[in-house]
Amino acid sequence: MKNFQIIKALSSSSAVASITKDTSVMFIAGGTNLVDLMKKNVVAPDKLIDINALDLKKIEFLNGKVSIGALAKNSQVAEDQSIKEKLPLLALALAAGASQQIRHMATVGGNMLQRTRCPYFYNTDMPCNKRVPKSGCGAIGGTNRMAAVFGTSDSCIAVHPSDMCVALAALDATVLVEGPKGKRQINFTDFHRLPGNTPEKDNTLEIRELITSIEIPDNNFTKNVHYLKVRDRSSYAFALVSVAVALELKNNVISNAKLAMGGVAHKPWRLTETEDFLKGKTASEDIFKQAGKLGMKGARGYGDNDFKLTLGANAITEALTIAASK
Amino acid sequence: MASKKTNENEVTPENSNSRRDFIKKSGLFTALALTPSTLVVASENKWDEKIAEYLETVPLSIEVNGKKHNLNIEPRTTLLDLLREQLQLTGTKKGCDHGQCGACTVHVNGTRILSCLSLATMQQNAQVTTIEGLSKGKKLHPMQEAFIKNDGFQCGYCTPGQIMSGIACIKEGHANSREEIKEYMSGNICRCGAYHNIVDAITEVKEGGKEL
Repeated sequence: MKNFQIIKALSSSSAVASITKDTSVMFIAGGTNLVDLMKKNVVAPDKLIDINALDLKKIEFLNGKVSIGALAKNSQVAEDQSIKEKLPLLALALAAGASQQIRHMATVGGNMLQRTRCPYFYNTDMPCNKRVPKSGCGAIGGTNRMAAVFGTSDSCIAVHPSDMCVALAALDATVLVEGPKGKRQINFTDFHRLPGNTPEKDNTLEIRELITSIEIPDNNFTKNVHYLKVRDRSSYAFALVSVAVALELKNNVISNAKLAMGGVAHKPWRLTETEDFLKGKTASEDIFKQAGKLGMKGARGYGDNDFKLTLGANAITEALTIAASK
Repeated sequence: MASKKTNENEVTPENSNSRRDFIKKSGLFTALALTPSTLVVASENKWDEKIAEYLETVPLSIEVNGKKHNLNIEPRTTLLDLLREQLQLTGTKKGCDHGQCGACTVHVNGTRILSCLSLATMQQNAQVTTIEGLSKGKKLHPMQEAFIKNDGFQCGYCTPGQIMSGIACIKEGHANSREEIKEYMSGNICRCGAYHNIVDAITEVKEGGKEL
């Protein structure tokens, strides 16, 4: 790892002011992804701004919404009793990610900003448009079992690896950020982006902007929720496909539905068309099978990951079945 | 009488130098270096490298297994490398060095973390417990005893991490069933496959009800 300077930011405004326009200065919070990327020489900052002293760790239950500080640890949120009661889908998704040691270190903001685990992104001997723009995509035509099936481009077929973000996309969260021009809010589903011709950009955060918190509006998804994560081993592995489901059921009729998928796109993949299809329907095996097929409509495989088309449909059906039976 | 082992990088109160003092002295080096003979001596002693090293380091105060250390470290030093390479505490193992195996698990302020993904400089004033800090004299920690009794290892390389994680697993309240233990121990990989006996050991300590 290249050596670097590190300074501690004592306020979010001073943290933002410390960042330069290029990537030579970066924020560090939990560091679980950044330190790994630095060891692999995928990123090599000259200077790190340690933001852990900032007062951004609180989980607050406000009027009509829950606010979670960007520096709240993944385990802190996953095991918060009120989060488990009010936002069980978020707690389930967080608990499905990484290991307990990593969840103790990793922060909510850092989870959102973690980079893809596409092997071509990580291997500096390989071409990758995300790591080195215009160098080509090794995954297209290469080993691409983990790759995306939705929203891909000729430049990039990487997936966003987070579980937490899949739940937050389903729950209509908002991202609060602070930058040199002041504060602004971004809809969670607009935070991460599709690769297009600029896969080097994972999200819509502007240079020098710092995530300060996320907000989740109050909802009634306290019972019929499920986070289904399908992976190569039963724990501590990234998702091949994951599905976050939140349903409101009245006499077995679906009055409200939220669905999002992980492991299928460059961003958490919200299934709004499937949600609309489900609303007003009576929960049944047949409806959930139809929802699975509809959810994967338009998906495209790249060879090694063709299985995700069938797996995705089955996972949607299974997640809906489990959520409805709770 | 055994001489007290001191670490080259350790700054004890007696020999501590402030950066300002050092820069004053290094200014002196520069002046002396104008003389060619001094230049040769400086080169032989690798002063230029030592100066560069010193200027690239940051001070760190850290408590490991109850012992306070005042050190100067490179910012890129991970907590794992600090423990193993500078404090000679080699019980904590380097498995993958990328946060995928859990062999480097230690407790920082009572919480289990991966020392390979933690920059030591970000653990200012932290209290770290490693596998070396568990026993009380010759009396092993209950989890160490349970691993021996239940044959919770084969080659032993992952064991320090497994034991540190197992203790935390119980303290966190995540050892209420075999399934829960498996899930909350999933960050510790055992290539020999001693998992069944590791779960036995943790279950036994949990059921023993001793304060950990």
